[in-house]
Amino acid sequence: MIKEAINYLSSPVYSFTAFIVLFVIALRRIDIVGTKKFGLGLLIGTLVIFGWMISDPVFFTVISLPDNIPIIILNGLVFWSTWYSLYKGHQNDLRIAAGEPPIEGTPENREKVWAWPNLVYIELLCGILCTIFLIAWAIFFKAPLEEPANPTWAPNPAKAPWYFLGLQEMLVYFDPWMAGVVLPGLILVGLIAIPFIDVNPKGNGYYTFKERKFAITGFLFGWLALWIFLIQVGTFLRGPNWTFYGPFEYWDAHKVVAENNINLSEIMWIKLFNVGLPKNIFVREIFGLLATFGYMFGLLPLIYKKWGKSYMPRMGAIRYYIMIFLILGMMSLPIKMYLRWFFNLKYVLAMPEFELNL
Amino acid sequence: MSEGFAKKVANTQVWKAIFRHGPPNNARNRAAVIAGNVFLHLHPIKLKKSGVQLGYTWCMGGLTFFVFLALTVTGVLLMFYYRPTAEYAFTDIIGLREHVPLGIMRELHRWGAHLMVITVWIHMFRVFMTGSYKPPREFNWGVGVILLVLTMLLSFTGYLLPWDQLAIWAITVGSNMAKATPFAGAGGPGAALAKIGDFVMVSDKNDVRFQLLGGRFVGEAALLRFYILHCVFIPLVVAVLIAVHFWRVRKDGGISAPL
Repeated sequence: MIKEAINYLSSPVYSFTAFIVLFVIALRRIDIVGTKKFGLGLLIGTLVIFGWMISDPVFFTVISLPDNIPIIILNGLVFWSTWYSLYKGHQNDLRIAAGEPPIEGTPENREKVWAWPNLVYIELLCGILCTIFLIAWAIFFKAPLEEPANPTWAPNPAKAPWYFLGLQEMLVYFDPWMAGVVLPGLILVGLIAIPFIDVNPKGNGYYTFKERKFAITGFLFGWLALWIFLIQVGTFLRGPNWTFYGPFEYWDAHKVVAENNINLSEIMWIKLFNVGLPKNIFVREIFGLLATFGYMFGLLPLIYKKWGKSYMPRMGAIRYYIMIFLILGMMSLPIKMYLRWFFNLKYVLAMPEFELNL
Repeated sequence: MSEGFAKKVANTQVWKAIFRHGPPNNARNRAAVIAGNVFLHLHPIKLKKSGVQLGYTWCMGGLTFFVFLALTVTGVLLMFYYRPTAEYAFTDIIGLREHVPLGIMRELHRWGAHLMVITVWIHMFRVFMTGSYKPPREFNWGVGVILLVLTMLLSFTGYLLPWDQLAIWAITVGSNMAKATPFAGAGGPGAALAKIGDFVMVSDKNDVRFQLLGGRFVGEAALLRFYILHCVFIPLVVAVLIAVHFWRVRKDGGISAPL
């Protein structure tokens, strides 16, 4: 009963929404999240739930695949690093509010120490612990090896390596040219651009949240919700035919999913105006073109009115517009996800004549 | 007695020829041990206390480099047993599993590769959360992003080499994305426009996916390409960029700290 409810609720439309809501609440109540009590409670809670989940044989078979072990390690580290950096940030914010320097900037921590032995010994110790960990991992989990390569028989589902499963999951919502080329390209360019866009001189060289609210919120959203979360969906919740399966649901390849996705042009011309699709593709796709250009450019005055007025003078126009462009590119993914879930929208702009579908 | 023995060893000509200074228990020798060793001199001789604290750096960058070295060693060992041809690749992996008692080199290499992807991500996360990309470290952040992408490409190219079902279909899924590159992939937007009369300029016989795989599907040519990318080309580029990355860490003022 509980398991069926979890299966139902872990469908991306609910779990992603719940994740976003929790994310927003957590960043608003950093005074609670950034405490040791909360961290400990989160750790214990997660371990209990995870322990209960792996007692389920179906979930266990998926999670214990040797190639899925790294994702469990990643999840543990992501959990820990997110909480810990917010905890340290909160500590520093309290210190700064009290007129003290951040903990990294106290006279004691500014003092110079010898690299030998202070740094060299820590590196040695980390190296040894890492070696032990890696050797234990290698002894207990054999590297997987499947049937010899057979180009004529594709396994179902055929999955990319786990670190690309976020991208493969995007393929549900976008065509390959977006999910596989444009969006990864934007991630790469956007990451490299961060230091040139972020002109906030504060928070350089110490943990903080309050002094860099906007930058940290944006980065955490992309990292946790759009990268890590989608990797989990792609790995644990996608089975044969890339169909959604709950964590306790057997991967039955014959599961039938009623999926009737339609394009914006069909919604407008056929459903709304009750006429056939126009022959001319530009007339046919006029709403998609309007929506796309409206999203990329039409929103600019609105955004400027709400946020730009305070940001633009500080950043300069070039930085400001690059930042807005990157944020719009990033947000196109969750927007497309919700459009799919709520309206069964396949493409906003569908021009298969040019392989240009959005 | 052991103290006396250690002193005697430290006084031999051989010891003195290798280590040109006494034990690092005073200021002069602590400086000499770092500055006089080609590996250790990546470090500054002295650094701020905040920079050596595990609570600040999590040692994630250092561990990424350490795992990279471990992968280089295990990778070279694996190369002795592996031939990158459709005929031998899979059977060589089987041989490695069946004929090497207690062998864990392939495991170390595979799990190490996953671990490096994880540590490099968490390293980037730490650098972001401490604002360490801010001036004067903007350029080094960019170098780091390129290194992060190369780490994933290293792992991705290595994924094909066992030549099993997991390998070729994961690479098929991944490389199919290249087909959709705007203008440069046969199935991408705009490619159909690149036509001169009946002559199609971008087809599946010459687009970016073809260049990547050396063919229209993941076959023997792709195996050889991925092998060379994985074992030679990308590691060389990564090694050069790591050198730049470390150099710039030092030149930009060492591990970040409050200004």
